Amino acid sequence: MTTKPDALPITVRGVTKTYGRVRALDDVSLDVKSGEFLTLLGPSGSGKTTLLMVLAGFTRPDKGSLKFGEHEMIRTAPHLRGVGMVFQNYALFPHMTVAGNVGYPLRLRGTPKAEMAERIERALDLVQLGGYGKRGIEQLSGGQKQRVALARSIVFEPRILLMDEPLSALDKKLRDRMQIELRHLHEQLGMTTVYVTHDQREALTMSDRIAVVNHGRIMQLAEPQQLYDRPENKFVADFIGDSSFLPVMRGGAGVTFGDMAIRMDGAVPDADSLLLMIRPERARLLNGETPEDTNVFEATVTELVYQGESYLLYARLKDGSEIAVRGAIREGTYQNLPRAGDTARLGLHRADTVVIAGEDA
Amino acid sequence: MAAADMNAAGLRRDERAERWRLFGLSSPALLLVLVILVIPVGWLFYVSFIGADGTFSLENYERMIKRKSYSRIFITTFQVSLLTTGLCILIGYPLAYFMSQLPVKWANLCLITVLLPFWTSLLVRTYAWLVLLQKQGLVNQWAISMGLWDEPLKFVHNMTGTLIGMVHIMLPFLILPVYGAMRAIDGDYLKAASNLGASPRRAFWTVFFPLSTPGLFAGSLMVFVLCLGFFVTPAVLGGGRVIMVSMKIVSNIELFVNWGAASALGVVLLLMTAVILWIASRFLKLEQMTGGGH
Repeated sequence: MTTKPDALPITVRGVTKTYGRVRALDDVSLDVKSGEFLTLLGPSGSGKTTLLMVLAGFTRPDKGSLKFGEHEMIRTAPHLRGVGMVFQNYALFPHMTVAGNVGYPLRLRGTPKAEMAERIERALDLVQLGGYGKRGIEQLSGGQKQRVALARSIVFEPRILLMDEPLSALDKKLRDRMQIELRHLHEQLGMTTVYVTHDQREALTMSDRIAVVNHGRIMQLAEPQQLYDRPENKFVADFIGDSSFLPVMRGGAGVTFGDMAIRMDGAVPDADSLLLMIRPERARLLNGETPEDTNVFEATVTELVYQGESYLLYARLKDGSEIAVRGAIREGTYQNLPRAGDTARLGLHRADTVVIAGEDA
Repeated sequence: MAAADMNAAGLRRDERAERWRLFGLSSPALLLVLVILVIPVGWLFYVSFIGADGTFSLENYERMIKRKSYSRIFITTFQVSLLTTGLCILIGYPLAYFMSQLPVKWANLCLITVLLPFWTSLLVRTYAWLVLLQKQGLVNQWAISMGLWDEPLKFVHNMTGTLIGMVHIMLPFLILPVYGAMRAIDGDYLKAASNLGASPRRAFWTVFFPLSTPGLFAGSLMVFVLCLGFFVTPAVLGGGRVIMVSMKIVSNIELFVNWGAASALGVVLLLMTAVILWIASRFLKLEQMTGGGH
C-alpha cells in the first residue's frame, strides 16, 4: 500500500453518545492508521454509522476525544474538518451538473477556473466517468451516481475519506465490481479511509482491518483473516460467516466436548463458558476413514440442502446440538450424500478448531 | 394464420369498450365543466363584443385603450399584485424556512396557525384590519400613548392599508408551497455541502435556496395571480384610492349598468392571467404548484 505522505491517522478516545437511555456509542476508542482502509462492520443500530457521523462532525458526542493526526477535532465544525464523505444515498445536488457537483468543493475553496476544470476532469477520469461533466444528475444510473459521489469526495484531496454504506443501493454484480474498484482507488490515493457497512463479505473483501461494532462498542478489531479464523467472542463469530457452536468444558490440556477431548492448535481463551466454533466449510463429511489430527463427531443428518455451487448438510449430535457442514458439489457427489435420518461422521481438523469465549466480553 | 391474430379482434373490441366506459364515467364531470366554465366564459366573451346599442362592436375594448383612467387601473392592479407578492416572499420565506427546520410535530402546529385565518371569513378579517388600523384604531392609539408617533398615521383608505390586508390574506398561499418544497429537501444535501467545506451560510445559498426555488416560484405565482383579480380587501381598505380591475368591473355594472364594459375588463384580466401562467409554465412545471412535482 502506498501511503501518501499527508494521509492522517485518526485517534478516537472514550467517545460516548447517548440518545435518551440508549448508548449509541459506549466509550469507544479506536486507532485508524495513516493510509489504512478500516471498516466499521455491524448490524443496523450497532452504532457504526453514529461513529462515522462523529468523525464527520454531524453528530456531537457527549464526551471523548477525536484527533486527526495531532489535531483535536471533536469540537471542530464539519465544514472545517476537511474530510471527504460518500453518503449512502450519494446526496448529489440535483440542481447541478456532474461537473457542478464535483467542482463544488473546489469552488468553495476558490480554486482558479482553469485548474478547477482540470481537477474535475481528472477526478472524473479516476472514477471512469471522463467526459460526463455536462450531464445532469438525473440522467445517471445508480452506479454512475455512486462514482460521481466518490469523485466529489476526493477531488479536493482530503486526507481522510469516510464512506457510509456507499454500495448498498447497487445490485449485487455492480457492487462486487465496485468493491474491487474502490479497493484499487484506495491503493492509488492512499488516503486514510473509514468505511461503514453491514455486509460482512464487503468488509472482508475491501478492508485492511475491520472493527466489528455492536451495542455501541467495538467487539473486535482485526485483519479480515484473523477476524474470520480467530474471532474473539460469540458475537463476532456469529456475525461474520456462518458457524455452529458446541458447548465445551475446560479439561486436561485443552477442552472437552462431553467425554471427548478436543484436539486443537489455538489457545483456550480465559473465560468461564467456552464454545467450540465450527465453520460449515471447514468441517467435512467423512467416509469411513478417520484422518489424523481431526476431531470426529457422530451425528444424525436432519436436512440436506442443495445450494448450487455447494450443499449444506445439517446434522444433530447426541447431545442435541446441531452443526452444519458445507461441501462442494462435483460430478455425482450430491447423489451419494447422506439424507435426513442417515448417520454421518463429521470431521474438523485441529487447525480449524477454534474455541471462543461463550459470553460476549 | 389463425395463430397470428389470435383474439386480436376481440381484444381490440375490449379496448374500445373500455375507452367508451371511461368516457361515460367522466361525462358528469365534463358536463359540469361545460355548464359552469365553458358556457359562462363564452358568454363573457360574447357580451364584451356587444356595444351600447346592442350590436357587435369593439367599443368596449377601444375605451380601455383610449381612456387614461383604464391604464391607470391596470398599472395599479399590477403594482398592488407585485408589491403584495414581494412582501409575502419577504415575510413568508423566512417563516417557511423556520417551520421546515422544526420537528414535524411542532411544524404541523405552526402550519395550523398559518391556516387558522382561513377559517374566518375574508370580509371579517378585512374589516378587522379596518378597526385596528383606522385613525382612532388600536394601533394608532397604542403607538401614540407609547409615544412612538404624535399624530395618528394614515394606515387605511390608501395603498398601505390595502397592502397590509392583502399580504395578510395571501401569506398562506405562499407559505404552503414553499414549506412543502423545503420539507422535501433531503437533509443529506446540506450535510454533503457542509462536508465539502461549505459554511452554513454558503450551504444555504448554494444548496438549500436553489432547491427551494420551485416552491417559491409556485407560491409567488399563486399569490400574484390571485392578487390580480382581488376585490374585497382593496375595496374596503383602499377607501376608493386604490382602484383595481375587479373594482372597476363592479362599478361598471352597479353604477353604469354597462355589462359590455365589465365583460371586456373581465376578458382582459382573464387573458392576462392566462398569459402570465403560460409564461411561468415555461420556467416551471405547473404540476409543482399542485404538489404533484418531486
